[in-house]
Amino acid sequence: MKVKSTDRILVWSLRAASATAGSLVLLILCFLVLESVEGITRVGAGRFLNDPGWHPSQGAESEFSLVPMIAATIASTIGAILLAGPVGVLAAVFCRFYAPPKLARAFRSIVELLAGIPSVVYGFWGLVTLVPLVRELAPPGASLLAGILVLAMMIVPTVALLAFAALKNVPPGHLEGATALGLSRWTTIVKVVFPSAASGLGVAIVLGTMRAIGETMAVLMVCGNITKVPSSLFDPVRTLTANIALELGYATQEHRAVLFVSGLALMIMIVLLVFVQERLQRRARLA
Amino acid sequence: MTITPHGSLKKAPPLTIPPRQAARLPESDAAAGGLFEAIQRGEAFETVVHEATRGEKPVLEVSNFNLWYGEAQALHDISLVCPDGKVTALIGPSGCGKSTLLRCVNRMNDLIDSVRVSGDMTLNGESIYTAGVDVIELRKRIGMVFQKPNPFPMSIYENVVYSLRIDGERDRSVLDEVCEQSLRGAGLWDEAKDRLQSSALAMSGGQQQRLCIARAIAAEPDVLLLDEPCSALDPIATGRIEELIDELKGTYSILIVTHNMQQASRASDYTAFMYLGRLVEFGPTDEIFLQPRLKETEDYVTGRFG
Repeated sequence: MKVKSTDRILVWSLRAASATAGSLVLLILCFLVLESVEGITRVGAGRFLNDPGWHPSQGAESEFSLVPMIAATIASTIGAILLAGPVGVLAAVFCRFYAPPKLARAFRSIVELLAGIPSVVYGFWGLVTLVPLVRELAPPGASLLAGILVLAMMIVPTVALLAFAALKNVPPGHLEGATALGLSRWTTIVKVVFPSAASGLGVAIVLGTMRAIGETMAVLMVCGNITKVPSSLFDPVRTLTANIALELGYATQEHRAVLFVSGLALMIMIVLLVFVQERLQRRARLA
Repeated sequence: MTITPHGSLKKAPPLTIPPRQAARLPESDAAAGGLFEAIQRGEAFETVVHEATRGEKPVLEVSNFNLWYGEAQALHDISLVCPDGKVTALIGPSGCGKSTLLRCVNRMNDLIDSVRVSGDMTLNGESIYTAGVDVIELRKRIGMVFQKPNPFPMSIYENVVYSLRIDGERDRSVLDEVCEQSLRGAGLWDEAKDRLQSSALAMSGGQQQRLCIARAIAAEPDVLLLDEPCSALDPIATGRIEELIDELKGTYSILIVTHNMQQASRASDYTAFMYLGRLVEFGPTDEIFLQPRLKETEDYVTGRFG
């Protein structure tokens, strides 16, 4: 019976570990919801969308519009994924189907390294290199465009690595079959590989998107942080994440509660994306 | 086509071999401890080719073909003809190079970077390995069916007409026609005609494999390569594929790799026995199975070896 008792210990420690991990996520979520409820009831949900602006610390005259931040988050994320999606997928295609093995290996190590660079370094680079370049196009430089470019650079590695994994998962039989039928490599990729890896590529894009939504430090450093709905790519913006990071340190009462509401909004976006990703993954497994 | 259970296929010749009928090796080789040992030591030897193979019109000719994976030589000086309209079987123990040889015919081995070849193959007299051959065009003239059924993740219809689609054929009536003919040719029409638009992946393994054959013959290839087409199938599906091979014979020239002795003896007209990258004996299937010239071939086809 000795074996069984060690087995039991193992099972219970595994249970404890997964319970800890799971309950932490739930705790954070509960905490966010509880703190937000206070904000929603005290300020009123309508004001997050209808107030004229974001002036959260002016007592009775405070304005709590989250619209500029939501717009900035959505615009920067969409812009980043529009750039990084195709680049990442095509890089993966090159790496998987065109590059000689040595180059492909080197390329992948570089991409893995890129994925590991701390976001503050991206932000730093963006601030000293990218922002002046954008300023030459149109001042002030710290802008939505700079944010999009930095975010795109940050998520290209994520998208490329996951897309590469998705392409590798295409059954070799499909590739052989296509080759034997006399398809050129590019036709094989477009007509056989992409359809069969579609779900996996979708997951790559979604995870890249999540990373872009959640990114804080780099966008805070290059976006200019003005709470105004942007009317062009060159306008400075402030994302939801940057807003929380900038203001939570000194926020009190309603202001603090509303910041939690914006955290909850972020969390809802991520939950929706996770949902999409899970569906895609289930499809990928069935295909 | 009627479904014949695997067991009732009548083409199998008796596999009993009259004792003493197989020719002996030349004394020198026998003294050296047998042909297989000689091959293992890397000694050169002459392939035993039966005279009956020389009278046929070849569709595919392999001449002095060698292949290396990096430093390791996998095919040694193979010369072989595949007669037009006939079924030629490649047999031999695992690792003997039969699949490698098959994949050289449509240059699938181009996909492997370390592969190097010498010698040549010709398809209807045209060289396959000279510089400047359009590999894409070559592959379109050669149909191939793999060990594991590999239909594309799309409808049955699209799978069958795929080769036409990529050549830009848009005419629905042409596509419909080819689809029906190919599926009939592959003995799949009756099962598939009511579900042409459903996913090919929903079919059974045996059906998928016949679909792959339909896809291959839709392009009207000069030669059909079958790489152990039944090894992933159950006996009934295997029986149907063998029947199908028999029906395709005459219309198509077929080169088939198989591990299954009965299948080779039932389905093929000519048989090539390979061992460690060499072609050992090549002749009409009846002769290879009933009167092999070499003791080693006899041992292999009767299951005493390998």
